[in-house]
Amino acid sequence: MKPSKPYRAFRNSALVVVVFALMAPLLWMIAASFKTNVDIYDTAKAFVFSPSLKNYETVLQQANYLEFIGNSLWVAFAATTLSLVLGVPAAYSMSRFSMKKSALVVLMARVIPGVSLLVPWYYVFSNLKMVGGFTVLILSHMFVSLPLIVYIMMGYFDGLPAELEEAALVDGLTHIGAFRRITLPLSVPGVATAGILSFIFSWNNFMFALVLSGSDTKTLPVAIFDFVGYASIDWGGLMAAATVVTLPIMLIALFVQKYVVSGLTAGATKG
Amino acid sequence: MSVITPRTDTPEAPPAAPEDSALSRWANEHRKWLFAAPAMAFVAVLIIFPVAWTGYLSLTDAEGSVRAESEFIGFQNYLDVLTDTDRFWPAVWRTVLFTGVVLFFEVVLGMAIALLLWRPFRGEKWVRVAILLPLVATPVAVGMMWRLIFDPNIGMANQLLSWIGIGPQPWLAGQQSALPTTMFIDIWQWTPMVVLILLAGLTSLSDEPQEAARIDGASSWQRFRHVTLPLLMPTVIVAILLRGIDALKTFDILYATKGRGGGSFHEVETLNVYAYGLSFDYNDYGVSSTVLIIFFLIIIGVMWALTYRKKGLGR
Repeated sequence: MKPSKPYRAFRNSALVVVVFALMAPLLWMIAASFKTNVDIYDTAKAFVFSPSLKNYETVLQQANYLEFIGNSLWVAFAATTLSLVLGVPAAYSMSRFSMKKSALVVLMARVIPGVSLLVPWYYVFSNLKMVGGFTVLILSHMFVSLPLIVYIMMGYFDGLPAELEEAALVDGLTHIGAFRRITLPLSVPGVATAGILSFIFSWNNFMFALVLSGSDTKTLPVAIFDFVGYASIDWGGLMAAATVVTLPIMLIALFVQKYVVSGLTAGATKG
Repeated sequence: MSVITPRTDTPEAPPAAPEDSALSRWANEHRKWLFAAPAMAFVAVLIIFPVAWTGYLSLTDAEGSVRAESEFIGFQNYLDVLTDTDRFWPAVWRTVLFTGVVLFFEVVLGMAIALLLWRPFRGEKWVRVAILLPLVATPVAVGMMWRLIFDPNIGMANQLLSWIGIGPQPWLAGQQSALPTTMFIDIWQWTPMVVLILLAGLTSLSDEPQEAARIDGASSWQRFRHVTLPLLMPTVIVAILLRGIDALKTFDILYATKGRGGGSFHEVETLNVYAYGLSFDYNDYGVSSTVLIIFFLIIIGVMWALTYRKKGLGR
């Protein structure tokens, strides 16, 4: 059935408003990152200004952002890889053996406020002199990644028919062999979904790094605050920093849009 | 539905594998726990133990250095916190208000946008891109971005208002307006999440009930109210549940826009921000743990109420 003409007109104008409301602030941020602070303060130059790369120079050279980009990449990559190694087999077991209670325990981690983890962690790891190192930071990001991966992969394994594995068993594979050679290769889209989402969440994570990172291990969301002083704010630098943090993750999300959407909505329609 | 269908297939013993060694046989036999154990150990050591310790700390007067001795003081912290009308109860109220308001707008707007996107149209791809971007943007950076837009002196928000003849507003800088402004930011960033979930739900609905209602002469509002909405209700509850948990725990945008303690007058201090400040600005670990345990119980209570309702609706 085709929607009626007046409805189509209404829908199109409503969607223009929605797209504008969602995109305009982001475009404004990117535009401001190319303005000098003088231009940012000058309302006459809101839309017409001569773009400058000075803010990016500040961010990448003076503010040491190349190092922070490296830190963020390393923490997100390590936390995601480790969580996949631990989470995928666990999700498989929980799905195939209907381990409802175990699954619930892992998923509870999604509910617990992060601060209640940080306090005991801070206690233990500062006594071990590990606060400020990468190990603690990566472990803390796994607190977010692991439950997410288990959640997405359980749903994925639930949807893979067990018959495929049974056929492999008949053909002489062991259970673990069937998992490794049949189930795992079939799960590549699920693993990609879980991995991408875990990477995004880790990249965006702020609170854990705020407490657990040191000056050498600082990740990007924490480094943004270098541009916020008590007395004044370097708006141009701040917007360039915010752009450096968000643009890569938005571009990644665009390239793998399908996976991001399926991961974010995983389990939502099962009822 | 079916009553009892006799099983025709008999369970067979797995055939012996060619690579059969004692180790691999043991591994295969115990694969259930072998696969699950590492993740479970991680959860036990790094999640359950800390939560249990938070429970213990809430019964002590731990404060200051992490090496300092602390004493067991029973439920004194709980008594202090629950009678604290200066910081604790306002923080509870702000948490509830924040969550309630953003959930309401995110679900209503999310539903409206999802319905707009439901049927295929040209340019759909671009709208989906616009929906995805705020969702994956780093929340702290999003907070900074809105801080510039809402700046009382140089921000675009007041500029826009001046064009339509409205005077400048304090936005994030105002004691009254700060909390609603942070709500607005949250709604901007997370409505897309609700859109995606509801859209997934709508796409999985079958067309037949819709058609039947149309043939019976139902108007489009009636079809939405009496056909689509009831069928979509389980998905709506999931969306509320997922967003609700995260909204209760909102931290990043509050910290990015107002800094420590939710601003100089604690105008956006929610329970999460309050607990964070107690721990890491004041090193008052005992009281902070008490707030966290109460917060945790509130979250569990809300979740339980919602899943209970979901089961009731699932029939």
